[in-house]
Amino acid sequence: MKLEMRDAPGQLVAALKPISDLGGNIIAVIHQRDPGSRSEVLGVQIVLDLPQDRLSDLTDLIRSQGVNILRVNEERLLCTRAVIMIGHLIHTDLGGTVDAIDRTGFAEVTGLTIRMPAIDQRSSARFTIRSVNREHMEDAIAILRTVAREKGLLMIEPMGVSQ
Amino acid sequence: MKVAILGMGSVGKGVASVLSSKDLGVMVTGVADSRSGLIDPDGINIGALLATKRSTGLCGSAGITAMDVVRGAPYDILIEVTPTDAVSGEPALTHIRTALTMGRHVVTSNKGPIVHALHALRSLAASKGTSIRYEATVAGAIPIMHTLADGLAGNEVLALYGVLNGTCNYILTRMAAEGLTYEQALLEAREMGYAEADPTYDVKGIDAAIKLVILANTIWGTSSCLKDVEVRGIDLVTLDALQLAEDQGCTIRLIAEADPSNRILRVSPRILRSRHPLVTEGTLNAITLVTDLAGEITLMGKGAGSVETASAIIGDLLAIRSRYGRCD
Ligand SMILES: NC(=O)c1ccc[n+]([C@@H]2O[C@H](COP(=O)([O-])OP(=O)(O)OC[C@H]3O[C@@H](n4cnc5c(N)ncnc54)[C@H](OP(=O)(O)O)[C@@H]3O)[C@@H](O)[C@H]2O)c1
Repeated sequence: MKLEMRDAPGQLVAALKPISDLGGNIIAVIHQRDPGSRSEVLGVQIVLDLPQDRLSDLTDLIRSQGVNILRVNEERLLCTRAVIMIGHLIHTDLGGTVDAIDRTGFAEVTGLTIRMPAIDQRSSARFTIRSVNREHMEDAIAILRTVAREKGLLMIEPMGVSQ
Repeated sequence: MKVAILGMGSVGKGVASVLSSKDLGVMVTGVADSRSGLIDPDGINIGALLATKRSTGLCGSAGITAMDVVRGAPYDILIEVTPTDAVSGEPALTHIRTALTMGRHVVTSNKGPIVHALHALRSLAASKGTSIRYEATVAGAIPIMHTLADGLAGNEVLALYGVLNGTCNYILTRMAAEGLTYEQALLEAREMGYAEADPTYDVKGIDAAIKLVILANTIWGTSSCLKDVEVRGIDLVTLDALQLAEDQGCTIRLIAEADPSNRILRVSPRILRSRHPLVTEGTLNAITLVTDLAGEITLMGKGAGSVETASAIIGDLLAIRSRYGRCD
């Protein structure tokens, strides 16, 4: 969402605090000092992750702090899912598996945790995938499913992308 | 009401002992196991029957076969509880066809004939004015078929998700709870009597897939078979994978899923939030139905066991009696 606020001490905190209060997760804060705009006004873009049903509570709270909300872009609300893969992950080009998602442009692998027992045993990895919406998440998981089948990996999908 | 029981194993003995201990007005006039049979039009003494089976391994005379009981005993309902043969459905299929053709009702816990020939058996029963019921084939004691046929009668079922194999659920539960490897948990499941000597059917997801086919064909009137199901078992699930799921407040369960609008019919290990309603402990089964009117309904209960499976069979017997009148 894009916020407009007075460039005064405490304003940014006032805008950010309600996000964590509501259980949200701040992903990025981008300051934009628009040269054409009035100097005492600061444009801030916040990318955050928040349960859908809390969004109106959040905007109410931020507005009550005297911060003006210019635009709420729901496309920005990211969808996150974890997928687990089991098999010979390293020997089957782990980088390529990650790339298959990253190159889509609509989803990316933002986290990867691997557990490897002894060499030449099957390893297990958790891929955290982010996408801008659920449809894209379903598409990303479908791509991984194909990759897993081709590479002979067992893929453990999350239950219901919409849940 | 008179019944004949084919199969005197865990389920058959469970049914017989419940019928003798509860006054349900049901008389057993015929029984058979793999090597013997017994017919008594005046009613078999169950206590004596179970004692003989225990001491000799036989329930009756070696000269009397299961087919002799099907053809010769005076019964209203045949209870078919012989072992499941998922490939041919036999010999249960022949037992059931013969009984239906003779105008008798059938109640079974045997998945073989139902996964193969549900619609054919139903039309045969309809043409003879009788019925075939198979509550016990899926999820043991959980009254899923009654719920679908009666309680949710006016609903459209949009999708279903289920934990349909107690052995797999036990193994995954123990891996997560005790940090056991798959092999250790399987060994423990065997020691507890939850896994067969050859656990392939269970751990590879085939048993769950058979039950999924039975549910899907019942709900949507389809004629799906085992090869239409995309099946992945739990035999390749690692302890590492479970721990990766647990790190995020989740766990792994073998889930059977049918979602006709997305053409999904599959059994696979899935990541679920630990507090998801389908995350059951030990051998417990669970089924979630997604419906248009009732929303989501989840049933949970024991998926196997002698008396638990008998509960489902007796529910079917009494349903037939109330629907077709007291047959005596
Ligand atoms: N156990 C459960 O909790 C459970 C739950 C749901 C569904 N089921 C299903 O219910 C059925 C019975 O299970 P179970 O656990 O009771 O099996 P079980 O303990 O192996 O008993 C099978 C019985 O069937 C008899 N039998 C074998 N072949 C026969 C034949 N050709 N004619 C007549 N009787 C025959 C056996 O005879 P002998 O005694 O001579 O060996 C035995 O008495 C199976 O289809 C199973 O898949 C079981």
